[in-house]
Amino acid sequence: MLQTTEVPSPLAEPSAFRQTFFAAYRWMLLARLLEEKIASLYRGGKIIGGVFLGRGQEALSVAVGMALQKGDIFAPLIRDQAGRLAFGESLLDCTRTYMGSRLGPMRGRDGNVHRGRPREGMFAMISHLGAMIPAVVGALLARRFRGVTGTVGATCLGDGATSTGAFHEGLNMAAVEKLPLIVVVANNQYAYSTPNARQFACEDLVDKAVGYGVTGHRLDATDLETCLRVLNKAVANARDGGGPQLVVASLLRLAGHGEHDDAHYIDDRLRESRLGLDCLKVAEQRLLAEGWADESALHGLENNAQRQIDEAVATTLREPAPDPNVEDWCALATRHLSESSHAE
Amino acid sequence: MITYLEAIREAQARALADDPRVYIYGQDVGAFGGAFKATKNLAQEFPGRVLDSPISEDAMVGSAIGAAIEGMRPIIEMQFADFSTVGFNQIVNHAATLHWRTNVPCPITIRLPSGGTAGAGPFHSQSMEALYAHYPGLIVMTPATVEDAYSMLLEAVAIDDPVIFCEHKYLYYHLKADALPTEAMPTGKARIARAGRDATIVTYSAMVHESLACAEELALEGWEIEVIDLRTIKPLDTDTVLASVARTGRLLAVGEAFPWGGVTAEILARVATEGFGLLDAPPMRLNAKDTPVPYHPNLWGTHRPTAKTISARMRDLLRL
Ligand SMILES: Cc1ncc(C[n+]2csc(CCOP(=O)(O)OP(=O)(O)O)c2C)c(N)n1
Ligand SMILES: [Mg+2]
Repeated sequence: MLQTTEVPSPLAEPSAFRQTFFAAYRWMLLARLLEEKIASLYRGGKIIGGVFLGRGQEALSVAVGMALQKGDIFAPLIRDQAGRLAFGESLLDCTRTYMGSRLGPMRGRDGNVHRGRPREGMFAMISHLGAMIPAVVGALLARRFRGVTGTVGATCLGDGATSTGAFHEGLNMAAVEKLPLIVVVANNQYAYSTPNARQFACEDLVDKAVGYGVTGHRLDATDLETCLRVLNKAVANARDGGGPQLVVASLLRLAGHGEHDDAHYIDDRLRESRLGLDCLKVAEQRLLAEGWADESALHGLENNAQRQIDEAVATTLREPAPDPNVEDWCALATRHLSESSHAE
Repeated sequence: MITYLEAIREAQARALADDPRVYIYGQDVGAFGGAFKATKNLAQEFPGRVLDSPISEDAMVGSAIGAAIEGMRPIIEMQFADFSTVGFNQIVNHAATLHWRTNVPCPITIRLPSGGTAGAGPFHSQSMEALYAHYPGLIVMTPATVEDAYSMLLEAVAIDDPVIFCEHKYLYYHLKADALPTEAMPTGKARIARAGRDATIVTYSAMVHESLACAEELALEGWEIEVIDLRTIKPLDTDTVLASVARTGRLLAVGEAFPWGGVTAEILARVATEGFGLLDAPPMRLNAKDTPVPYHPNLWGTHRPTAKTISARMRDLLRL
């Protein structure tokens, strides 16, 4: 069942491929610079709580976002800034959520990576790892009930999250129902400080696909082209009725678990290995080597991205913080059943 | 000086040193020393006994139960209290019922980094004590001081029942003491944190400190507020509460958890049923609001009780 990168690619046509690659690179760059800005706002005390970066994981994430279409479901996780952007999340949704703006999708109620627009197919993760998989399964089930065809659901998680019961239950359920689910595991070799050797004992996480009876894909996620090809294939398989797809990508997170963490526990040999390559730099070198862009074009892209980011941040900084006195302290949709005034 | 967090580390070091049956299992507790550093250096000091677990709360608790049956005394660290819900089944259905069903005790300690801090949001802020206290067969500890964090954790490991140890993250670094305690109050006994005669605040964990600040503020206005620190919420020291209400005639119960049911409701129910005649005014309570814990500090600061809102509620009570 294991499918590797040799599969014929829907991106075979050279100019289409070049366009896709270029678009992906732009999202990656935007995500990288946006996250750098978020990190600096955090260091400057403008963001309270945690900041979790996807540095080094942009190629994989963007490939997920780009393989999906409008109308699909995407449940990203903590390191999916690039995929979120490619799927259609605005910069403002990110900055507003991090800074707790009342105008953001989470209205200051939830923060940082815990954001989404479920009605637009972008689920808002809860922290509990694995929990989003069964939720996407249910959404796909609902679409089957409603007779909606041709859409898929994708969700991302880390190596560590594969140890949860929810991962097992969700993937198994999707397999039983043969749903168009794509589960993307970013195997960055660590879950916080815990190395894979303390997380699972199978040789390769993709081996789990066989156990669930789903198609497995394995890839090196430092290479953007590989990511685009494999994710396209996996999503196409799911869309064409091939059932759930488990994608396991090898890479390294080039940041701390969160910005509070110096990641000293990451093995230097891993950092120096292929996995330690920065996917953004690799993609950039490819652009230059193929002659798809020159230095000045890249520079232009960077300036453009930086300007968009600065604009989003400036807008957000001017926006009102949530005001507890006008906040609607009601957790229910059925308002008349709310009893909050009695209880507190 | 020793912090609340260091006291928790020291208690675990002592438990590991004193009892070969003790081991610690949790995510990142090994070489890394835990997400909050509550197990700092313990893996080095006690090789093979402080182990990183996979992200598998259900199995973390389940395995502790099995190990306890075999005579071990596991300490399970949840990375955050909020994630203990993933192990809920094993805690409330297995650990809590084991002794009652089989006469075999289940001496496990489950550490829950609990409560809110600014910016932590809905899934890294919860206070879960009432949920666990609801289940027969569990002991629920909620230490409010450095001394209690130390001595109660040692007691938790020694007790032959499953103990849910709710350690408050806000107190981790904020609270300091001169030294570790050499003696401890018995488990299940509440402490009078501040004596007074005009009204009683019954509370626990971080809210003890907000309540003490309220008492301080009202003292400037001439009121003497008694503050009771429950220390354990299950068992709940009803006698100490009733004795205090007998002296003051007024009761305000304060908790950081969600309002429905919960510890403050339990306190009011007990005082109303067992001490109705002691009350000079209707008993009151103050909890967090009936919504998930919000992310933005503005909202968070209003969601949970603070010295300011406790004082306001107390002024209402004193006027009655
Ligand atoms: C059920 C659950 N337990 C514990 C945590 C705390 N936690 C947050 S992230 C994390 C590590 C995640 O590692 P991995 O899944 O590999 O993702 P990565 O951070 O490496 O991208 C842990 C233990 C959690 N969020 N959910
Ligand atoms: Mg990981």
